[in-house]
Amino acid sequence: MTVSVSLTVNGEAVSADVESRTLLVQMLRENLGLTGTHVGCDTSQCGACVVHVNGDSVKACTLLAVQAEGADIKTIEGVADGDTLHPMQQAFHENHGLQCGFCTPGMIMSALDLVKNNPAPSEKEIREWLEGNLCRCTGYHNIVKSIDAGAAAMRG
Amino acid sequence: MTEQGIGAAVARREDRRFVTGQGHYTDDINRRGQTHACFVRSPHAHATLNGVDTEAAGAMPGVRGIFVGEDMAEVGPLICGWAITDVNGEPHRAPPHPALAIGKVNFVGDAVAVVIADTLEQAKDAAAAVEVDYGILDAVVDPATAAADGQIQIHETAPGNLSYEWAIGDRAAIDAAFEGAAHVTSLEFANNRLVPNAMEPRACIAEYEDGTGDYTLYLTSQNPHVHRLVMSAFHGLAPEHKLRVVAPDVGGGFGSKIFIYAEEVVLTWASRHVGRPIKWTAERTESFLTDCHGRDHVTEAELALDGDGKFLAMRVNTIANMGAYLSTFASAVPTYLYATLLAGQYTTGGIYCNVKAVFTNTVPVDAYRGAGRPEAAYVVERLVEAAAAETGRDPAELRKINFVPSDAFPYETPVVMQYDCGDFSGSMDQALDLAGYSGFQARRAESKAGGKLRGIGFSSYIEACGVAPSAAVGSLGAGVGLWESANVRFNPTGNVQLFTGCHSHGQGHETAFAQIVADKLGVPYEQVEVIHGDSAKIPFGMGTYGSRSAAVGGSAIVKAADKVIEKGRKIAAHALEASEDDIEFAGGNFTVTGTDKAMNIAEVAFTAYVPHNYPEGLEPGLDETAFYDPLNFSFPAGTHICEVEIDPETGSVSIEKYAAVDDFGVLINPLIVEGQVHGGIGQGVGQAMLEHAVYDGDGQLISGSYMDYTMPRADDVPSYDVGFNGVPSPLNPLGVKGCGEAGAIAAPAAVMNAVHDALREVGVSHIEMPATPLRVWQAIQDAA
Repeated sequence: MTVSVSLTVNGEAVSADVESRTLLVQMLRENLGLTGTHVGCDTSQCGACVVHVNGDSVKACTLLAVQAEGADIKTIEGVADGDTLHPMQQAFHENHGLQCGFCTPGMIMSALDLVKNNPAPSEKEIREWLEGNLCRCTGYHNIVKSIDAGAAAMRG
Repeated sequence: MTEQGIGAAVARREDRRFVTGQGHYTDDINRRGQTHACFVRSPHAHATLNGVDTEAAGAMPGVRGIFVGEDMAEVGPLICGWAITDVNGEPHRAPPHPALAIGKVNFVGDAVAVVIADTLEQAKDAAAAVEVDYGILDAVVDPATAAADGQIQIHETAPGNLSYEWAIGDRAAIDAAFEGAAHVTSLEFANNRLVPNAMEPRACIAEYEDGTGDYTLYLTSQNPHVHRLVMSAFHGLAPEHKLRVVAPDVGGGFGSKIFIYAEEVVLTWASRHVGRPIKWTAERTESFLTDCHGRDHVTEAELALDGDGKFLAMRVNTIANMGAYLSTFASAVPTYLYATLLAGQYTTGGIYCNVKAVFTNTVPVDAYRGAGRPEAAYVVERLVEAAAAETGRDPAELRKINFVPSDAFPYETPVVMQYDCGDFSGSMDQALDLAGYSGFQARRAESKAGGKLRGIGFSSYIEACGVAPSAAVGSLGAGVGLWESANVRFNPTGNVQLFTGCHSHGQGHETAFAQIVADKLGVPYEQVEVIHGDSAKIPFGMGTYGSRSAAVGGSAIVKAADKVIEKGRKIAAHALEASEDDIEFAGGNFTVTGTDKAMNIAEVAFTAYVPHNYPEGLEPGLDETAFYDPLNFSFPAGTHICEVEIDPETGSVSIEKYAAVDDFGVLINPLIVEGQVHGGIGQGVGQAMLEHAVYDGDGQLISGSYMDYTMPRADDVPSYDVGFNGVPSPLNPLGVKGCGEAGAIAAPAAVMNAVHDALREVGVSHIEMPATPLRVWQAIQDAA
């Protein structure tokens, strides 16, 4: 069964006709061409698909697209301010917080939600918050460092 | 060092596309008219294939083709590219592995059929409707008993489920050395089976163009040309010049994307039959069931010491699980990448190692980050640590009295390696400082006062990297050369494109290689572009694995740059009206010696493309290619020290401190190198404490998802203290050694030695990886 889903993504009103079984992450990738949101597993464990739904970080594989009807979605493509990287993106760059880049969008989206609620997280708080995001390249060291630096930059 | 040349910690240029979600991974690509593949996979570990009924599935909506093994009879089976000669002088047994099973399935996940349909959902629905008649057989799962008498036989052509028995060293001489030993340390342990788990699942898109007869394969590959070569020469899918393999952004590899898998072979073949591009992306469950696994050894190891603690001899017997078939490079891993490293950093007098490679009804096992060398380091460093404890010696001191001295290089080991250079004691001393070793006993006492057990563990590893000198590996059975290529192409406006045969899937080549070019040619870093991964663009190259990209690929870049300079010298000499011998090149300028007459390399490039005033007989253009074949392996080495605290009430192990000092020779980009060390340690900690691919007795993978297989998470690992003690390699023009695998090689032994050290106090003498809380708690209970 096909249903029409309308939502706001990165500030733009969009709609698509999708099968009712379509996940939000599939709609973002396949219907809207926003391939920065990645799929790294099939058990909602890896966090590569984290986006913001109405301001909160959500694994986009845990929602059906129809459940997101009317929602305000932000993906990694909507984080930078034009050509200027968001301070959190810049921090990942400067601190070598990414290698292959596959987990990175989910890490950044997750980090932004952490910092929204806890502007100055400790190392322990960062590590515990990242429990839902897997990275196989970095050993997490520089991701933690990046989030710490990104949070500091956001505090100004 | 210039600001962005060799040695500069330049933040990576590739980051921008990844932090903004603009990377182009294979699954992000969609081709016009694209269809989708879903594989029907065996749910049984071992079964005869009595029939596959595709009739109902074939009639379902959107289905464009369903193929089984017999349909692809013209396509050659998957091959192993490294032929081991066994103890009897016979070649190893490598039973054919058809891309789609014929007559029999040999592991859960073995592909039986492929369904190709217009949408992925249609392909999945139809795949579920394919009916397969299996005749279920008992499975062989445990490598330790796979070759036992009376065991079920998996392959007719591999009697006793044995691929090969191989040995190195003089058994009689080693036995004699053990007879005269003052002390013998004996250990038995497993090296746990792991799943590589690159975060990007494997994927491919195959496309055939009828008008030209060209195939294009977009693929998650660490080595696109190796894929093209094998798919052409052995599978016969298309001649090399009609097959283009593109490995775009690849989300991690760790070895698992080296190999030629069934899926890319099937899709490439089928793309011509259905006349449409076909896409397949592994779901994570498929990754667990089909990506080659790593490690999986069962080992008995002994170390003989004299009364002074000097290592006299080592004797090792290993059973290596190959899984159901020999994968692409599987046979080399437990032999030439393992037993040849058993000397470690030590002057051990003699070494004997026997390896039995066995088949089981499990996923094929092949190279995973470190590939053989983590297994070797674990054998050596567990033995040394246990020997220190048994003989009452400080583990650091015991190592130091046995290290190859810094003035003994080049050093021939008893297991055919020649180490070029190193400073093992220097790295140890630096690591002891970094780890705060002198304060350990106080910290241990503090833990004890709090009811906790604290331990410290060392791992003084060595690895053979810079894979590899072609003639040497050829004499050992390799089916390929392991040189690397580079093409330095100046454009008329003075900027440079570097085409490399290496492939970057997280290593930051686009940045590091541009630093090499900028440094060698004196062009601004920003004006160097690095191109990799597309067989239609780059020169033939062997790809990235075995910590080879800097040592081999980087050396090829230097050689190509040297050729550019030599040609530039001729052009400059002509323009400056000087003798070629009087032209010096430095900082991007060709200068007439002793004068201020000079020409920038950008001007030389322009002249080469607009050759109006030009040396007679010299070809126009400034575009040079070099192929570099290394003289030897490189030998990164170092000491890692791990400190753990264990809660005896729960068995949980916490890493309190992890210090690493590595000798990688010259560092091109310390920021990237540190990241490689961190990531390797993370995976090594995962092996030691968390990860285990577990099969039940029926051959079902029971840790086959992220719900069951424990990946290291951010709160499982500590921050790492990383230091360097670089001794430049004299054997390559950059003096580099390779850094990609060190952490994964060193860490398991460092962590497990620390765990053993902590548990010794409560009477636990042996614990296997992964040291999960349950295992640790159980061991404490059993010892009580």
